Amino acid sequence: MATLTRATSASLTSGRLPSWVTGLLLSVAILGSATFFLAVGSPGLLRILFTGALIFASVMMVASLAVEGRRRAKDRLSGIVVTSAFVLALLPLISLVLSVVRYGSQRFDLQFFIYSMRSVVGEGGGAAHAITGTLWVTGLATVISVPIGILAAIYLVEYGTGPLARSITFFVDVMTGIPSIVAGLFAYSVFVLIFGPGTESGLAGAVALSVLMMPVVVRSTEELLRVVPNELREAAYALGVPKWLTVLKVVLPTALAGIVTGVMLAVARVIGETAPLLIAAGFTQSLNNNPLSGPMMTLPVFVYRSYVDQGSPASAYLERAWAGALTLILIVMILNLAGRLVAARFAPKSGR
Amino acid sequence: MSKRIDVTDLNVYYGDFKAVEDVSLTVEPRTVMAFIGPSGCGKSTMLRTLNRMHEVIPNAYVEGSVKLDGDDLYGPGVDPVRVRRQVGMVFQRPNPFPTMSVADNVLAGVKLNNKRISTSKSKELLENSLRAANLWHEVKDRLDRPASGLSGGQQQRLCIARALAVQPEVILMDEPCSALDPISTLAIEDLIGELKESYTVVIVTHNMQQAARVSDMTAFFNLSAQDKPGRLIEIGTTDKVFSNPDRKATEDYISGRFG
Ligand SMILES: Nc1ncnc2c1ncn2[C@@H]1O[C@H](COP(=O)(O)OP(=O)(O)O)[C@@H](O)[C@H]1O
Ligand SMILES: [Mg+2]
Repeated sequence: MATLTRATSASLTSGRLPSWVTGLLLSVAILGSATFFLAVGSPGLLRILFTGALIFASVMMVASLAVEGRRRAKDRLSGIVVTSAFVLALLPLISLVLSVVRYGSQRFDLQFFIYSMRSVVGEGGGAAHAITGTLWVTGLATVISVPIGILAAIYLVEYGTGPLARSITFFVDVMTGIPSIVAGLFAYSVFVLIFGPGTESGLAGAVALSVLMMPVVVRSTEELLRVVPNELREAAYALGVPKWLTVLKVVLPTALAGIVTGVMLAVARVIGETAPLLIAAGFTQSLNNNPLSGPMMTLPVFVYRSYVDQGSPASAYLERAWAGALTLILIVMILNLAGRLVAARFAPKSGR
Repeated sequence: MSKRIDVTDLNVYYGDFKAVEDVSLTVEPRTVMAFIGPSGCGKSTMLRTLNRMHEVIPNAYVEGSVKLDGDDLYGPGVDPVRVRRQVGMVFQRPNPFPTMSVADNVLAGVKLNNKRISTSKSKELLENSLRAANLWHEVKDRLDRPASGLSGGQQQRLCIARALAVQPEVILMDEPCSALDPISTLAIEDLIGELKESYTVVIVTHNMQQAARVSDMTAFFNLSAQDKPGRLIEIGTTDKVFSNPDRKATEDYISGRFG
């Protein structure tokens, strides 16, 4: 009987680079590139890292080809490409956070949180008026847009058929694409038409933001309601539960964790909006806790105004701008964390 | 408890598509009726018309009448929600509510309907329903744990307990064992035997032995061709249908020659 010769070796093991090789090669490559650029006399972090990564990738490939064979080498290459892409995408973010923390921490003091800019010229002062304003405006925007958005999504998923549902879907899509400045102009003109020219208020700002938030809330809630299994609805119907109670007590709780996350993302999306607030809520130097009348300062506008309208010394204004930016980032972070906690609290329990 | 079901001249539609044609049958109280037949012949569709779950699907409707102790379920002014409180249903795949504990699942029919019920009453209802579903001993120490932690067979019995807690007259089961292992299947079959002491039971099954084991009456459905409506071919006592069927198609199906 003729025996077939196997194309590949029957052995189950093959050469494998030990895991420490990766770390070693990477550090050697970066050290090498650092030494080179220092010797040439043009050090620069990005340049060193980039060259180091290139050297590492090529050496790694050669080593892997020699020891591990073609398939593993390809695997290594794609690993390196994906990791580099990830690092590349992360770099601007890290750099942004680092500089905001570095410059922002200079004025990140108690005074910054308890003083407004009322009759402050030059140094001192704070952003208390902008922080409360941001909380008012985004809070109101959330209160306006979340109920409407969730109800619209419930209508679309649970009740809507025919032309009305189709047109709502269409207009939600259109709203997603509205430039934020247009939302600001819309809110401003609505309030001017009702209350007369020159009306700026926190509420107008909130309306502008809710125009931006609503489609995001509708879209994300809609998607989450659609993935609630139909079996659960049928289980409730079969127990003699009317449709509205099924939606309220079965469908919504099942999707709640995701809906909360969606709302948080929507808030994070609008809390940094500047242009619409500049138009609709205006700007002021003093604390205004009445969203119904008078201009209301918000953090993004505070940052913008501190930058474009630098008094003297300019450094005081710039430091306040950075501290405002840092505060804004922290607020978004806290909201995200809170959202995650709430989501974890409401997530369907798994017993295993 | 337990009521008689009379189906007369029933046609069932999904929009333009007629899925079941011209069915008339009677299910006596305190008996188990099995619906058998090849896939797609309309067993599930037929079952869902018995508690008005069919119309949950958009454009689906029914012609003919289904009477529960003489009251037409499809009569004018009949509220499907009330019908479903009298005719409970257990589905093919166990579907406990994932956001609720074991106890809340059993009491779901009460709690989801915002009904007020005293703590002692609800404890009693909880225990009775779980006992009736042969599940009490397995879960009595984990009533507050999420229902998703139970095994598939336990989840299915939980769904049965949940249906029983609404105190229905009739229980419908759509292939309740097809997602379960043999031991859980046996547990559910035993349970069906006990349930028929107090309820009218209608069960859809693909398993001939199961139909023979649990049912008193058997209805065989078939369809003449794809895209043709399913029809009731033969109905009779389970003994008769299995040992001496009147129709050739029934015999062929039961002996495994098709389907
Ligand atoms: N939701 C639905 N919409 C449209 N047609 C359906 C739907 N469910 C079932 N059908 C059709 O109705 C017929 C009977 O289906 P079904 O009652 O599920 O059969 P069985 O349970 O006997 O396997 C099949 O032709 C099926 O394609
Ligand atoms: Mg079926």
